[in-house]
Amino acid sequence: MKTAASLAFALAALMTTVAHAQNPIPVKIGVLTDMSSLYADDTGPGSVAAARLAIHDFNPAAHGMKVDLVSADHQNKPDVGASIARQWYDVDYVDAIVDVPNSAVALAVNDVTRQKNKVFLVSGAASSDLTGPKCSPNTVHWAYDTWMLANGTGKSIVKTGGKTWFFLTADYAFGHALERDTTAVVLANGGQVVGHVNVPLNNQDFSSFLLQAQASKAQIIGLANAGGDTINAIKQGAEFGITKGGQHFAGLLIFIADIQALGLQASQGLILTEPFYWDMNAGTRAWTKRWQADRPGKFPTTVQAGVYAATLHYLKAVAALKSAADGKAVVDQMKKMPSDDPLFGKGEVRADGRAIHPAYLFQVKTPAESKYPGDDYILKATIAASEAFRPMKDDHCPLLTQ
Amino acid sequence: MFEIFGIPSQALFGQLLIGLINGSFYALLSLGLAVIFGMLNVINFTHGAQYMMGAFAAYLLLQYLGLNYWAALIIVPLLVGATGIIVERLFLQYVRKLDHLYGLILTFGLALVIEGFFRNYFGSSGEPYQVPDALQGGHNLGFMFLPNYRAWVIVFSLIVCFATWFAIERTRLGSYLRAATENPTLVRAFGINVPRMVTLTYGFGVGLAALAGVMAAPIYNVSPQMGSDIIIVVFAVVVIGGMGSILGAIVTGFGLGIIEGLTKVFFPEASSTVIFVIMAIVLLIRPAGLFGRIA
Amino acid sequence: MAIADPPVPAVRTDSAHGLTVAFCIMVALLAVAPFVVYPVFLMQALCFALFACAFNLLVGYVGLLSFGHALFFGWASYLCAHAAKRWGLPPEAAVLFGTASAALLGLAAGFLAIRRQGIYFAMITLALAQMMYFVALRAPFTGGEDGIQDVPRGRLFGLFDLSHEKTMYAFVLVVVLAGFLFIYRVINSPFGEVLKAIRENETRAVSLGYRTERYKLLAFVLSAAVAGLAGALKALVFQLASLTDVYWTMSGEVVLMTLVGGLGTIFGPVVGAFLIVAMETYLAQLGQWVLVIQGAIFVVCVLAFRRGIVGELAALLRVKL
Repeated sequence: MKTAASLAFALAALMTTVAHAQNPIPVKIGVLTDMSSLYADDTGPGSVAAARLAIHDFNPAAHGMKVDLVSADHQNKPDVGASIARQWYDVDYVDAIVDVPNSAVALAVNDVTRQKNKVFLVSGAASSDLTGPKCSPNTVHWAYDTWMLANGTGKSIVKTGGKTWFFLTADYAFGHALERDTTAVVLANGGQVVGHVNVPLNNQDFSSFLLQAQASKAQIIGLANAGGDTINAIKQGAEFGITKGGQHFAGLLIFIADIQALGLQASQGLILTEPFYWDMNAGTRAWTKRWQADRPGKFPTTVQAGVYAATLHYLKAVAALKSAADGKAVVDQMKKMPSDDPLFGKGEVRADGRAIHPAYLFQVKTPAESKYPGDDYILKATIAASEAFRPMKDDHCPLLTQ
Repeated sequence: MFEIFGIPSQALFGQLLIGLINGSFYALLSLGLAVIFGMLNVINFTHGAQYMMGAFAAYLLLQYLGLNYWAALIIVPLLVGATGIIVERLFLQYVRKLDHLYGLILTFGLALVIEGFFRNYFGSSGEPYQVPDALQGGHNLGFMFLPNYRAWVIVFSLIVCFATWFAIERTRLGSYLRAATENPTLVRAFGINVPRMVTLTYGFGVGLAALAGVMAAPIYNVSPQMGSDIIIVVFAVVVIGGMGSILGAIVTGFGLGIIEGLTKVFFPEASSTVIFVIMAIVLLIRPAGLFGRIA
Repeated sequence: MAIADPPVPAVRTDSAHGLTVAFCIMVALLAVAPFVVYPVFLMQALCFALFACAFNLLVGYVGLLSFGHALFFGWASYLCAHAAKRWGLPPEAAVLFGTASAALLGLAAGFLAIRRQGIYFAMITLALAQMMYFVALRAPFTGGEDGIQDVPRGRLFGLFDLSHEKTMYAFVLVVVLAGFLFIYRVINSPFGEVLKAIRENETRAVSLGYRTERYKLLAFVLSAAVAGLAGALKALVFQLASLTDVYWTMSGEVVLMTLVGGLGTIFGPVVGAFLIVAMETYLAQLGQWVLVIQGAIFVVCVLAFRRGIVGELAALLRVKL
């Protein structure tokens, strides 16, 4: 009798353990990024590596979960991105899409995600519309956006004496948005915009536009562009003696990968705003070392760090709910829980989907000041989390008025 | 200082000079394309990728062998020209007798393959390359600050363009080349090794592209995309100048550089498109191009 | 040698037999496919198949290689999206509007381009397409980089709700098959025979009294219209119209599809389109080798498979495909 009871008890225990082990909560995460063109170094394979680290650090087994990772290249095309997102959600059981550089693609994925009630963790795209008029209950915007960049870089430069501005603007939606946001900040802080010029996208030669900037005698030349355009403009600016003539560049969207491509000789003195720097503290350094196992010789950018932080926070929310099925519910949980990771520190996700964390103003070092590879930035100022991002009252986000 | 159409004359002269500098690159690249088309009857879409290889070769020579810009100017065109010869032997010789468009598609495919490899290996952000020490700095010309390196670009391009034109139009070797274009069989009957001449000509055209690449490295971002960004424009230049016309390529290259420069002042957003407008107009009025011969 | 020479081997006398069989197989496969394969992928392939068929009409049967077909595909896509989203037109009206505009654009472009042949014709079409790309980039209604997003699919004839994938698929399949048959009819008609005569020897056709300019222009307009139809459908399938559709690389893609499938064959463009779309979908997962593989396909096709898959198959089986 006693043997039977203990046997039954053992069997029951075994069955519950087996049942528990047999039903781990399945979660699938898709990193949709630019693997082969303009933003591949800022995002791309480095973002996939970051997501992998997040899953590893989360330790799915300990939470009774099983997490799979897939990735794809959207080639900077909205239709490719939207169709991959659709396929992932409809056929491949993907629960959350992460990264997505290129605002046009992100906006398309934003719509698809809301339709299918999944989760969209944006780290790569810059458009502040994602937490503004296009905000969605299924979307969380991590790392940076055009408002943060405009306010961080714009405000501090004007306050430190850069009163007159001339813009070199990439002639497409993102460039115009960046110029518009920065102009608003400059004017609000007592500065003046003396001129601007619209440069076609993927333009190789900036000499003509740099001449116009020189002629304007503005103290600050604002670069409302990204990637190869920014690199070309700065490189050629060095040639034309822009900085020697007393003018300074303000890089409105720059990542450390761009600084590495330029070299310190050409980029020294540049002022920029980023919420992450690999060499900030022991935590970021340790993480970077692990990340570099996958990407030797490179340094992680804000976007890639954002992928890590967003993925980690998402997984914690899923663990709390014990299910990834209802996208809106998971995002609501992400908004309830404060976020904490070694890369961005303590922060939170606001009602409009905006993840809040501190931002920093950096200046690029001179070659003499840099002691080792990657030692590129000096910290000039810290912008508190509460000030770094657009206040919710200015969002025009439909979610907030409900 | 007076004003022309609302722009101060100083600024205008500065823009014209800049246009001339850009025109140098267009001229060098379209010269290579014109030589190749004239000789091989192949539209070499790989030209952009070969230009990119030239820039990367300069970077790699500096990075790993410590060879500076001046050494690169000589070594790189030879190196990349050699790869061109391999391409000609392996692929191009089979399409020369077919319709032009097959050659175009083949070379386009090769361009994609080369660019893809470079992107995979180097990433897309680009590599740093500095202006050589001897050419650093610049002079204030009064109406603008002209970097020394840019002045060097104009001068050197003019020399190379003139030398090439002279070699093809005025020397005996050039006359063999031109004869072989018109009647290869007859030229072979005279004992001249036409296939070898063709192969070497392709190598030379590719070498010109690589030379342009080395010259571009200090001022443009050395990235795998640099070729595909410029090839379409150079194409348009060659078509406008007249495919196969050496003089046409040179004159149109410089000329279009200037027109593009002016557009950047008056209507900057359209500066990428103005070349296509001109191409459409020229094709409708003079389909053989400004200097071309066959329609 | 012209860009597309007809496959030379002898054909069986019942040459239409091969075509009918192939057509039935194709329809049967496509009818069953959505239950096995992801419907959105199939619809994408179908739209491109129609686009490639339209392009093939011009290059395979008239001998004019256009490098600017993205103009018609992309602009029809934008105008259909605009009509559906901002004017609230029902899907059938929006698609018709897109197609009609593409035909008009084809008339204007063709009028300019037809005057030239060979590489110069190709260059003019490229130039015109690039200029229209610039217009699309700057015109406010196209939404620039973002494109026109969130295009409603609507209710077909007020009855069928196209937001259901299977219903949408049926609609797309019917329209694409209709377009395919229309092109087939154009090719196999007295008009089509004149086109082939022009491709073989235009001077002779002129000497026989045909006003070749008019025939070429009409073929160009028809090709543009069907390409526009494909673009309008695509806008509804993806509910998105973007700059990618008007850029010159899209023109390059359709050349690739037709080349791989087989220039001058009836089914070639369809096979080519399906293959390339499948490859791109698969390649997106691979990430970094997209460019290299696409380039390699171009090279291999030109060197070894000039007749394309269907062309080689037709030569092997000695039928007309």
